[in-house]
Amino acid sequence: MAYTDSDIDALLPLPAATFHILLALAKEDRHGYAVIQDVEQRTSGEIRLSAGTLYRSIQRMLDQGLLRETRDRPAPEFDDERRRYYRITPFGEAVAGAEARRMADLVRMARAQGLVLGKA
Amino acid sequence: MRFYSALLHLYPSSFRAEYGGEMRAILGVRLRQTTGKLSRLMVWAETIADVVVNAVAAHWDILRQDLRYTARTLARSPGFTLTAILVTALGIGANTAAFSVADFVFLRPLPYADADRLVKLWERPPGYRNEVSPALFREWKTSSKSFEAMGAYFGMAVNLVGQGDPQRLESSAVTADLLPMLGVQPILGRLFNAAEERENNTGPVVLSYGVWQSQFGGDKGIIGRSIILDGNPRVVVGVMPMDFRFPNRDVALWRLMGTDEQSDDDIGNTYWEVLAKVRQGVTVEQARAEMDLIARRLEQKYPNDLQDMGVYVYQLHDEFSNQSRLLLLALCGAAACVLLIACANLANLLLARALTRRKEMLVRTALGAGRERLVRQSMTESLVLAAAGGTLGVVVAFLAVPLLTRLVPMTLPIAESPSIDPRVLLFAGLLTAITGICFGVLPAWRSAGQLDLGGLGDGARSGGGRRQRARSALVIAEVSATVVLLISAGLLMRALLRLQRVDPGFKAERVLTLRTALPMSRYDSTARRAAYYRDVLAGVRGIPGVSSAAYITSLPIAATGGVWPVVPEGRSLTRAETENASSRFATPGYFASLGIPLRRGRDVSDTDETDQPWVAVVSESFAKHYWPNEDPLGKRFKFLSDVRTVVGVVGDVRMRGPEQPSEPQVYLAYKQIRDGQSLFYAPRDLVIRSSVPAATVIPVVRRIVRQVDPQQPISNIKMMSTIVSDVTAARSVQVRVLIAFAAVAFLLAAIGIHGLLSFTVSSRQHEIGVRMALGAQRGDIVRLVMWQGVVLAAVGVLPGLAIAYAAGRAMQSLLAGVEPGDAVTFAAAGLLCVVMTLVGSLLPTMRAARVDPATAFRADA
Repeated sequence: MAYTDSDIDALLPLPAATFHILLALAKEDRHGYAVIQDVEQRTSGEIRLSAGTLYRSIQRMLDQGLLRETRDRPAPEFDDERRRYYRITPFGEAVAGAEARRMADLVRMARAQGLVLGKA
Repeated sequence: MRFYSALLHLYPSSFRAEYGGEMRAILGVRLRQTTGKLSRLMVWAETIADVVVNAVAAHWDILRQDLRYTARTLARSPGFTLTAILVTALGIGANTAAFSVADFVFLRPLPYADADRLVKLWERPPGYRNEVSPALFREWKTSSKSFEAMGAYFGMAVNLVGQGDPQRLESSAVTADLLPMLGVQPILGRLFNAAEERENNTGPVVLSYGVWQSQFGGDKGIIGRSIILDGNPRVVVGVMPMDFRFPNRDVALWRLMGTDEQSDDDIGNTYWEVLAKVRQGVTVEQARAEMDLIARRLEQKYPNDLQDMGVYVYQLHDEFSNQSRLLLLALCGAAACVLLIACANLANLLLARALTRRKEMLVRTALGAGRERLVRQSMTESLVLAAAGGTLGVVVAFLAVPLLTRLVPMTLPIAESPSIDPRVLLFAGLLTAITGICFGVLPAWRSAGQLDLGGLGDGARSGGGRRQRARSALVIAEVSATVVLLISAGLLMRALLRLQRVDPGFKAERVLTLRTALPMSRYDSTARRAAYYRDVLAGVRGIPGVSSAAYITSLPIAATGGVWPVVPEGRSLTRAETENASSRFATPGYFASLGIPLRRGRDVSDTDETDQPWVAVVSESFAKHYWPNEDPLGKRFKFLSDVRTVVGVVGDVRMRGPEQPSEPQVYLAYKQIRDGQSLFYAPRDLVIRSSVPAATVIPVVRRIVRQVDPQQPISNIKMMSTIVSDVTAARSVQVRVLIAFAAVAFLLAAIGIHGLLSFTVSSRQHEIGVRMALGAQRGDIVRLVMWQGVVLAAVGVLPGLAIAYAAGRAMQSLLAGVEPGDAVTFAAAGLLCVVMTLVGSLLPTMRAARVDPATAFRADA
C-alpha cells in the first residue's frame, strides 16, 4: 500500500494502546490474547489491555491499514482455529517508527530543560 | 460465560460477530488463571466495566463513520438533501407551532396554586349562562360545603389621573377572599384582608406589575401611597408579580369591594363573576351535584326570580369557548396531516434513492458490510436529515407562533403568546426522532432486505412488486391527507366568507371610535354629563370632514352587555318568562353616525329630558316581537325600572357579531337618566363619521376633550371596521394557515405522484420500448402512464373524501351554516385533485411518450 508522510502524520500522536499493539506485533504475528500477554510482560504488568480495548483498537487499526489479518497459521499443534492472527503492515511499521521518533524528540526537549535525569 | 455472551450484545453486532468468540476465549483463560472468590469477582467487575466503556466507544466509532459517510453522500446530491430537509422542516415546524399553542391553551396548568381545583360558577337560566347577583352569591357561599373558598369580582375600567396624561385602565373589583384563593403572593406589600372588607374600606388597591412599571416607574416606595382613581383616593397596598394575570391579561389593578357594594339585595342584579376553590378530596362533579341541590332549594325560596335556574360549575381552565377549542384542534389536525404527507413524501424519496443506490449497497455487501450495518447507515442518514429538518423546523415554528397568537383565547388568564420553551423543544425533538425513524426504517429494511448478489449483474431496473406497492401506498396516503386538508380549508374558508358578508346592520367604513369614560365621582349629575357631551360633540362636529358624531353607552360587537328584561305595558311576567333586550343610551345623531337606518318615527333628541315623557327608539325585531301587525309608535313598555314610549324604529344591529344571534335593541335618551342612577350605562363611546383620515381627526379630538375636561383620558381608539374584522380575526388567521398547509400538501402530493410515475417510466422503459416496437401508438403509452396516475389519485381521493366529511362534521359548529358536505367545496377539491394528478403525471408521461424503442434496447444491452 502506497502511503505518504502526511498519511503518517494524520495518525500521530498514537493512542497508547495502539502503540503497544504495534510493538507487540513488530517482530512476529500474534493472536489477540498473545498481544495482551506480550504488552503485559514488556511493561512488567503495568499495562494490561482489556479485551474490549484490544479488539476495538484492532478493528480501528485494520481500518487504518496499520495491521492486517494473516492467513499464515502456526503449526497445528500450537494453533486454535478460533484464533485470528494479526501482522503489522509496512505502513504500521512506518507509523510506529514515526511515533517513536516523536516521543524521542519530546524526551530530548525535556532533557534540555533539565526535566529528565540520566543520559541521552 | 453465558452472562458474558449476553453482555457482549451491548456491542454493535458486526463487532460481536467479528471478535465475540475471541473475547470469550480471553475471558475464559483469565478466569481459569484466577483463583479465589474475591479475585474472580474483581475480574468480573473489570470485565463489565470494560464491556460498557468499549461498547459505547464502538458504537460511537460507527456513528462517526456513518456520519462522515452520510455527510459525503448527502453533499453529493444537494437537490435531494435540500428537498428532504425543507419538507421535514415544514412538517415539524407546523406541528411544533401548533403544539406550542395547543399546549399553552389546553394542557398547561394555569399559573395558580392548585389550579385544577379552581372553578367558575355561573347562573344557568334555561339555554345560556349568566353572571351572578351579589344576593345569589351570598346564598351560594353560605349554603355550599364543597368549596374551601368562594370569591367574586367584576370588571370595570377606571381613570387614573395625576401620573402624567390621564389614563384609562382595566380594573377588577374583588371580594377579599378572591386573590388569596389563587395562591400568588405579591412581590411588594400584601393582598386585601377580611378586616378591611368589614370596615367597608373601599380604599385599598393592588397594582399589576405592568401598571406599577409604566405609571409609577417601578417605585419601591409605592406601598402606602395614595393614588386617584375615578376621582377617589385609593391606597396602594400591594404589587403583583410580572406574570400574574387575573381574570384576563388586560387587568391593570384590583380594587377591594366594600360591604355596601356587596350587600345589594336584588337577586336579579347579575353582574358578578364567581370563582371558587373545590375542597381537597371533593371532585368537580360532586361540587356540581351539590350546587344543583342548592339551586332547587333556592328556586322555592325565590319562585319569581330563580325559576328553572341552574348552576354551571366549570373548571377555570376550561373558561374558553368551544369555538376556540375547535379552531385550535382543527389547526393541530391539519398540522398532523402536513407531517404525515411530509413523512410519506420523504419515505418515497428515500425508497427511490435506495433503489438508485442498489448497486452501491450490493458492492458494500459484497465487501463484507452486514445487513445490520447497512440498515444502521441508512437510519443514520434519515436521522441526520430529520435532525437538520427538525432544527430548521423549530426556526419555522419560532417564526410562525406570533402569527398564531390570535388563536389564544382572550378569556384565559395567560400571556398573549406562548414561548418556545424546553417543553416545546422536547416535543420537536421527539417528533424529529419519530419522523426520522418513520421515513427511514421502511427504506432501510427494504434496501437491505432485498439484496442479493444477483442484482449486481442486472440492469437493476425493476423496483420489485412489493416495493412498488409500498411506494404506491405512500402516494395514496399523501393524496388522501391532501384531500382532507383541501376540503377542511375550503369549508372553513367558505364559512369565513359567509361571516364576512353578513350585514352587521350598520356601516362601519370611515367611522372612528374612541372612549372617554367619565369618572362618576365628578359626573354623577346628568346635567353635568350633558354639558360635557354638548361641548365635545359641538367641537368634533366642527372638524372639517366630520359629517356626524355622537355618544353611545357602548359600541355594537365590542361590548355585548347591558341586557335587561322587557315588560310591555299591561302584561305581568316572571323573570323566566320575560325576554331581554340590549340597552344603550345615545345622544342624537348616533344612528346617522353609524349608518343605522331610521325606519319609522324619530331619533332621540336633546329635548328628551327627565321632565318629558321617557322615550325609546327600538329595533325592528323588537317592534315586530312585541307588537306584530301593530304600529309600534306610541307603545309603552317597562324597561330599566321606568316606563318608556316608543318614538322611533331603527334597523336591527348584530350586537354580538355575525356568528351569534342578537337580542333586540332599545336605545334610550341620554338625558333621561336620574341623577346618580345607572351610571354604568352613561354614554362613553364617541362615534365619528368622517371623510378625512383618522390620523388627522384624532389629534383635534384630543385637543377638544382636553379643553372640555383636562383630566379626561382618551382610550380604545379604533376604527369601527377593525372592531368588525376583529370578530373573525382568529378564524381568518386559522383559515390562512390551513390554506397554506393545503397548498403545501397539494404540492407534496403532486411531487409524490410525479416521483412514482417517473420511476415507473424509467424502470419500464424496456417494456415501453418493446410495446412500441410491437406497434403500440404514443397515445397508448400516454394512456398507460396516465392511467397509473389516475388510479393512484382515485384510490387516494375516496378515503380522503370520507375522512374530510367526518372532519367537517366534527367542526360543524365552526362552519357558520356551511354544510360539512358542501357541494361547492367538494367539487373544488375534486377539481384540484384532477389538476394535481395532471401536473404530477405530465413530465413522466411526456418522457414515456418520447421513449425511442432503439435506445431502450440499447440501454439494456
